[in-house]
Amino acid sequence: MRPHPHWIDYSVIAVYFSFVLGIGVVLKKYMKTSTDFFLSGRSIPAWITGLAFLSANLGAQEVIGMGASGAKYGIATSHFYWVGAIPAMVFVGLFMMPFYYGSRARSVPEYLKLRFDEKTRGLNAISFAVMTVFSSGVSMYAMGKLLQLLLGWNFNAAIIVSALVVLAYTFLGGLTSAIYNEVLQFFLIVIGFIPLVYLGLKDVGGWEGLKARIGNDAMVHSWKYLGSPSANPMGVEWFSMLMGLGFVLSFGYWCTDFLVVQRAMAADSMTSARRTPLIAAFPKMLFPFLVILPGMIAGVVSAATMSSDAHKIAPAKDGYAVVAQRGTGGADEISLEGGKGIIPAKVDENGRPMMKEGQIVLDYDLATPMMLVRYFPSGLLGLGLCALMASFMSGMAGNTTAFNSVWTYDIYQSYLNKGASDEHYLWMGRAATVFGLAVSVAAAYIARQFNNIMDVLQLVFAFVNAPLFATFLLGMFWKRATGNGAFCGLLSGTAAAAVHHGLTLPVGSTPGVKGGFLGTIVHRYPSEMAQNFWTAIFAWTTCFVVTIVISMMTKPRPEAELKGLVYSLTDRPEDHGLSWYQKPSVLAVVVLTVLLVLNWAFW
Amino acid sequence: MGFDIRLPIGMMFTVFGLLVTGYGAATRGDEMYEVHSLGININLYWGVIMIAFGAVMLLLARRGAAALRSAIVHSDDHDAAKQATGDRKAH
Repeated sequence: MRPHPHWIDYSVIAVYFSFVLGIGVVLKKYMKTSTDFFLSGRSIPAWITGLAFLSANLGAQEVIGMGASGAKYGIATSHFYWVGAIPAMVFVGLFMMPFYYGSRARSVPEYLKLRFDEKTRGLNAISFAVMTVFSSGVSMYAMGKLLQLLLGWNFNAAIIVSALVVLAYTFLGGLTSAIYNEVLQFFLIVIGFIPLVYLGLKDVGGWEGLKARIGNDAMVHSWKYLGSPSANPMGVEWFSMLMGLGFVLSFGYWCTDFLVVQRAMAADSMTSARRTPLIAAFPKMLFPFLVILPGMIAGVVSAATMSSDAHKIAPAKDGYAVVAQRGTGGADEISLEGGKGIIPAKVDENGRPMMKEGQIVLDYDLATPMMLVRYFPSGLLGLGLCALMASFMSGMAGNTTAFNSVWTYDIYQSYLNKGASDEHYLWMGRAATVFGLAVSVAAAYIARQFNNIMDVLQLVFAFVNAPLFATFLLGMFWKRATGNGAFCGLLSGTAAAAVHHGLTLPVGSTPGVKGGFLGTIVHRYPSEMAQNFWTAIFAWTTCFVVTIVISMMTKPRPEAELKGLVYSLTDRPEDHGLSWYQKPSVLAVVVLTVLLVLNWAFW
Repeated sequence: MGFDIRLPIGMMFTVFGLLVTGYGAATRGDEMYEVHSLGININLYWGVIMIAFGAVMLLLARRGAAALRSAIVHSDDHDAAKQATGDRKAH
């Protein structure tokens, strides 16, 4: 199957790029103070911050990764939404936003400074800053690779162009520009993917037809087979699903990651800030249908064949077709030989399918992109490609804006240059944007050269992130928690994650980055996912316990200093003057009801 | 702050819609629809839907701007301006 972009597709892409840049250019004149640049002057209405909250997270991991999981695990991938996101989004909106927004902290690390102390903030700010630029680099690398494969674009050009576009609009318009573009990208992804799901489902005969074609009951139920890890393709049981993903990982991400929380902090009022994640929860609940279904469909349909293309399929050599065959256009022919449905096999340098334990390794990350190529004729293909690029760029821009705030407020202003003028910090924010993106580009090239380094880094980030929610939970709801307790808790939680990972190994993996690097292997997990969930559970529990123990042994801060930072010392936010349907609590009940219905429907 | 985001969204999807609908109309009966989109001229249909979506967004942006203007005329009524546009720096 060969991609077929046409002048019309390139025109659509050109229109998209000009709007993305145009927004940055027009917003430039509104960026007068550092508050405008980093916090959008706290003036954005809830529906916009809500969609941006969703869209900042809607990076490549989501559109490509969830399609890949859909192809691999089926509808149970929806747990990443219905278990792994929505409950945490409701919680952060109802219970945590009052502290983030109410304390007037300008970033999540700054909240830690106000609540605990300088060293806890420093630890969080520095690890977060490093993490964001590297994730942005990984995202860029993935995009460059994909555009190269799919459209035959030059890898270097794809990276440089995307980095420059993101740079231009975040440099000019700061957070507002990133948020506005995220909203634009949200609609683009929704409108770009609806026809894909429609055509795909129509082709396989609807949901019933898809079930029949998949022919594996465990892939079309989300809960039914979670009783034991061996019964479902994820290799996970319900407890680690609920505790590991649903509690530790999900709350750790949605409630403490500045990338998403920053969007809510830009809201125009406390009520808007609290409604931000709740508004985001509605589309988030429905996203599985947009991003998981294409992956599932990709595994069971056959390729589109143009009569004029037929002769281009190369003759088989040693039983396999030559995978990369230069077509007449810019892109290479992508062979589906050895693949499943329209998901191609992963290939080695010689263009041969890679094998593991006698089975061909499938390149699941190509499931969704191949669906675009399969079902979209020229015209809509341009729209689909825009949606794909939008997902990459919103992820990059989100990371960039989060990075420049944390760098400027929590590192530069706190440790390097206190008390400079506001203009200077605004200037620094812009400089950090350039610097952050430059490091991301470098990271993208490192990822290309040394794939393993990125795996190791992402592992380290996972260790750092796993315990975070315990710190925030205790900080916000237990006034006795102290700075020393929080700091020791975070460090020991990270250490616990590393030790657990080092002593366990998923079945079928060799010791190394997958675990077991401490020499002895105490336990073998049925899957990598199960191992990750349990690593998170161990890290969280360790941090929780250590924070409590050390806090009891150290002197608490006087209560007067903790007003507005801890639940028991903060006035409840009031929702007077709101219609009943605008109240955060009502929204939360509606969200949770729909959530139950969805889980029941796909049980 | 800034301008109404519905304006660029509306404009972009209207342009997308016009491009794709036009292309769909010009390529009626083309083989690519058989090959890719199950014989449906998806460009034509989805293009029209995008034009409609763009138009609704533009309309909402215009109504927001109109509400804002009338709120400025009755300048003591800032709350109405806030309600209408969700923009507290509107005045």
